[in-house]
Formats: sequence, structure tokens, C-alpha cells
Amino acid sequence: MSQKITIEPVTRVEGHGKVTIYLDDHGNVRESRLHIVEFRGFERFVQGRPYWEAPVLVQRLCGICPVSHHLAAAKALDVIVGAGTGDGLTAVGEKMRRLMHYGQFFQSHVLHFFHLSSPDFLFGIDADPAIRNIIGVIQENRELAVQGVMMRKFGQEVIRLTAGKKVHGTGAIPGGINKNLSIAERDELLKGPDPLNADKMVDWSVAALDFFKSYHKNNQKLVDEFAVFPSNHFSLVRKDGALDLYHGVLRAVDTDGKKILHDVDYQDYDQFIEEEVKNWSYMKFPYLKEFGKEYGWYRVGPLARLNTIDFIPTPLAQKAFEEFKAYTNGKPNNMTLHYHWARLIETLHSAEVIRDLLNDPELQNDDLTVKGIKKHRGVGLIEAPRGTLFHHYEVNDDDQITLCNLIVSTTNNNEPMNLAVNLTANAFMNGQREITEGMMNAVEVAIRAYDPCLSCATHALGKMPLELTLIDNKNIIIDRKNK
Amino acid sequence: MDQTIKFTIDGTIVTTQKGLTIVEAAKDNGIYIPTLCNFEGAKPKGCCRMCTIKINSRYMTACTTPAADGMEIESNTEEITDIRKSIIELLFVSGNHFCPACEKSGNCELQALAYKYQMLVPRFPFIFPQKGIDASSPRLMKEQNRCIACKRCIKTIKDEEGRNYFAYKNRGYALEVILDPELGKDIPEDLAKLAMENCPVGSIIYKEKGFDEPIGSRKFDKTPIGSEIEV
Repeated sequence: MSQKITIEPVTRVEGHGKVTIYLDDHGNVRESRLHIVEFRGFERFVQGRPYWEAPVLVQRLCGICPVSHHLAAAKALDVIVGAGTGDGLTAVGEKMRRLMHYGQFFQSHVLHFFHLSSPDFLFGIDADPAIRNIIGVIQENRELAVQGVMMRKFGQEVIRLTAGKKVHGTGAIPGGINKNLSIAERDELLKGPDPLNADKMVDWSVAALDFFKSYHKNNQKLVDEFAVFPSNHFSLVRKDGALDLYHGVLRAVDTDGKKILHDVDYQDYDQFIEEEVKNWSYMKFPYLKEFGKEYGWYRVGPLARLNTIDFIPTPLAQKAFEEFKAYTNGKPNNMTLHYHWARLIETLHSAEVIRDLLNDPELQNDDLTVKGIKKHRGVGLIEAPRGTLFHHYEVNDDDQITLCNLIVSTTNNNEPMNLAVNLTANAFMNGQREITEGMMNAVEVAIRAYDPCLSCATHALGKMPLELTLIDNKNIIIDRKNK
Repeated sequence: MDQTIKFTIDGTIVTTQKGLTIVEAAKDNGIYIPTLCNFEGAKPKGCCRMCTIKINSRYMTACTTPAADGMEIESNTEEITDIRKSIIELLFVSGNHFCPACEKSGNCELQALAYKYQMLVPRFPFIFPQKGIDASSPRLMKEQNRCIACKRCIKTIKDEEGRNYFAYKNRGYALEVILDPELGKDIPEDLAKLAMENCPVGSIIYKEKGFDEPIGSRKFDKTPIGSEIEV
């Protein structure tokens, strides 16, 4: 008899979603869907507000990576106040924002790896959920847990000293920033007592990467064969092809590594990207216009970024990147669990960038903002921890926002996450009479690898619980399990 | 003739010169009585009732009542504190005061009073008005959903000929303080900035002034409201 399985809520991700899996008469997966059931509507209620409120208002979409929204909005408004498209700010303006952003990247990636994903690695996908959590990690491997907590704390301190607050700060304003970094603040981060200093964070980032590589070595089959599928990859890259999480041009490569979007200016993003709406999810499905809905979808986030860039401009991360690229003989990496590997390379890169920026004396400059001739349209793009984040605003002559379009990182990964769910459901549930907790967690592991922030993606708050429902071919619910 | 008068506030004997209001006399004696519509240099109106006190068992407004010899005033009592807190709550629920995205946050007297009186969840239901924004002036934005109709802008922002830039429009629940559409077009920069400064909430915003003063370093972030008076 055919069945429908619903996993609700999906756990250890940001936001709230559910998975529905339809099984046919033989117990094989017929169809699966990741539903995003939250709705926020920021795009609508920001209309009519004065433009300078956008960076502080729209970041309230999320409590995990508000800095990304804060900065993407500020970058869009830089254009509107005539401060150029990403390269017109003063040195201190751009560098303070970069420091804020890399601090955010560091804390968010650390949160994801240590708090959300490490239980799967330490205890196994099908381990008892009572221990497969962060408390279990603390009991099993105290040192690893402490590192995770302290690394996240460091990232949060970087944000506090650049944005004014650890969560929902106000540091970036249209045309620049509202504070520089004092010598005392710099020294707090650079020379803070162990372990809260920049050098220690680089060391611990190397250790976290080694932890994953060791896990990979011992679990190669799982890591390399879990939810593997070909896809396009999409991200910002620096004009010279380097990894740049704050600013750059748009590049996409196909599954063979061939460029299919050639380093274009993101102000024209709507010429290249279109969004599809489906009636079973609040999350849209973006795709590259030129290739249509069927072939134009792409992945974003750490894995996609390491597939699009040519190099990483910090030495330790570059070395790790070379090893990462060599694993697939220079071709794009399409292994879902390798998102974790890529994420930890970026964590290391962020630690290196933070350390180098802190040593830059321009952070103490006083020329905080620039302004020029006002415009009515501005687009701000940034690489958020979860992938490329689009903010597009239009304002009227009275300085009020008339249009706001947000394409959030997780939205870009909508199609890939659905595919990953489908592949995992096929691999773990086909022909099974009983759906175990471990099978459900396998589906969640696939989603979790993308580090989705479902809250942001639907413009919502809270944890990501998972519901799994089994439905037969007459749409009768056979079984429902909640987590 | 000796103009000194003597009265008590919450049992404390205070002395002052005749002719001062109770708010002024209390201030001279290091006692803070909260106000919102009252503004130094402008004629007191007593319209917000924030300075409600009890004089010889009668409720009065301290900003409009002259201090008199022998008065027994209750100010920081449980009853008066609750009345003031309820006034703050009423002001919050009758407007859209979303502090996190308001430029006035940290410099806002209503927000500072809410902190002082430890307002958490208002006891009244939110109205969520939809009064709109007048952003037609090149220098000022009037956010009507944050206006508490205190009249401070009407009383203090005038041109050289004494004409008001701000005025009341409509009556009752529909009452709004508006910026004169003609005068508002040419309001000088210094007067526009003064209008924002004199507004106790975030209803009058100087345009393009968005969070250039970091949160945490603003007036009431450093010192709670009234602490400059209290001894």
C-alpha cells in the first residue's frame, strides 16, 4: 500500500519546515517535498518606510545571520545615496563592514558545524536522538564543545565591536558605517586572553578542519556518496576570481566547471535570475533565466563558492582549498556532505581575514561615510554564510521605499535541498515497511548540510522542527511522526 | 516680602520660590517628576498627564499647577507610579512604537520612561493605527503612527514671523499633528533638526539621518531619564 511520510519539524536547522515523502504500492519513494511553512512578508511591510531604516529593519528577519541582511541592505542603499556600487566607500567604511561580515561568517559557520551538525558526526546518523545533540557532544567530547562555544563567542564579539550589538546592530549605514574600531577594541580581539584572540581562532579553525577530514577518512563512503547529484553552482567572486564574501561579480559554473554566468555586475541581477512560485511552499524557486526552470537551478553556499572561485586569498585556507579541489581533480564537487568540508575551509579563511584586518591601521580612520548623487534603485549582494543574498530596493523622491525584493540564500538552495531530500529518501526508505527515526534523521542530515535558514527564506523565528507523514496513493495519512 | 514657600513631596520638605510650577520646584530640589508634553520655555498644557501627582488627595498635573505653601504632594507612591505606567502603556498601544527600527531609539523620552517604569507587556490591546507617513518635505519626515500629540513641535518650531510649522488637524481619535505643507517645503536645516530634537518620540525625523549615532552611545543609553535631576 502506498504511503505518505511527513517529517515535521525538521530539527537542528534554523527556522521551521517539514518534509513530505510519498511512497508507492511497493514502498518506493514516488515523490518528496521540503515544505517551508513559515511566512514573514518583509518585502511588503518595508514598503513606505524611509530607506535608511532598511538595514536595521530587514535584518530582523533572522537572529542567526542578521549581519548579512544588514550589510546587503546597506550595500543596496550605498547605491541609492550615491556612494557607488560596493567600491565607493572610504577605506575604514569598507574594512569595518568586512570585519563585521567575516566575524558573522565565523560565528555562523561555527554554530552550524559544532552546535547543529557535529552530533551527527560524533554519534552517527542513526544514533539515539537523546544523545545525538549538543548536550551529548559536551558529555562525549568536552574539548570540542568548548572550542565551538568559544569560537562562536569570538565571532559574536567581532560583531559587537563593529556593529554595536551582538545581534541586530546598527553599524552599517547608507554610505558607510557609524563607528570605527578603537585601539582598545582592536586589542581586545587581537590580544585578548586565551582563547579569545584572533591567533587562537586560526589555530582552532585548523583543528576543526582536521576533525572533519579525519571523520571523512574514516567514513569516506557515507560522506562521498550521500545525496550526490550534479548541479550548477552560483556565487559572488572577486573580479580576479578570488573568494570574496563581501563584494564581487556574479559567476555560475555548470557541473563540469564551465562558466555559464560570466562575472556579471549584480546590479543587473534581474536580467539573469528569475523566481518560480510553487503552491506547496512559501519559498520561491530561483533559476538562471537563460537555462530555464528545468536546467537553470543552482546551488549556493560554501560548496558552490569553492566550486566557482579560482583561489582563496589567505594562505592556510588556500592550502586547504587546493586539497579540496584535488579531491575532485579540479572539477566541481557535487557531494552534499562536502558542504561541511567547504564550510570549515571558509571558517579558516574567515579567521585569517579577521586577524589580518585587525592589524590594518585604516580601521582607526575617521572618514566614516561618503555620499553622492541620489538614485532611485539600488541592489546589494553579499555572500551570506548560507549563500548568495540579494537585496533590491527602489525609493521615491520622498525617500520612501516603493519596492523591496529579497532573494535569500536558502531560497537559492530550494531546488537542491528538495533533490537532496529525494535522493536520501530513496536511498534510506525505498522498500522499507517501517520508517525508523534514523531514516528520518538521514533526510534531515541532507537538509542540514545546506545549513538552511528557513526563517529568512520565507521572510520566521525559532528552531526548525521536522514532521514526517506517510500517505498512501489515495492521500490517506498512514503514519505521522514528529520530532 | 519673603517669597519662599514650603511644601512636601512624598514626605520630604522642599522649599522654593513662589511662582514656580511643581515640576520646576521639584527639579530645583533634586526630585524628578516625569513629563512628556512639558517643554522648558513653552507654556505648559498638561495634556499628556505623565506628571500626574496627588495634592492633598486630589489628582493634578505637576507641570501646570503652581507650587503653594503647605501642599502635601504624593509622587513616587505605588498608586501614582501605576497611573504613570498605564499612561506610558496607553501611548505605546495607541501608536506603532517599534523601537528596534526607530531612529529615535536611545534618544526617545517615551522609550526611556518605559524603561524607567519597567513596562513589559502593556495591559491594553494594541491598536496598530495606519495613519501613514508624510515624507513630502525635503528635510523632515512626519511619522504619524509614532506621534503622541504632545504639541511640543507646535509650541516651539516657528519661523521668524512667528508662524507655526506644525499644527493640529482633525479632532478626537482622528487628531494628527501635521507639518504645514507650504512652510514645510522650505524649513531651514537648523529648525528641522531642532524639530526632531524637540520631539519626545520618533515622529519627527530629520531626513537621511539614519543611525549615524551608534546604539549604545545615545543619551538615555548612558544615563536613565531623570537621573540628571535626581540627587
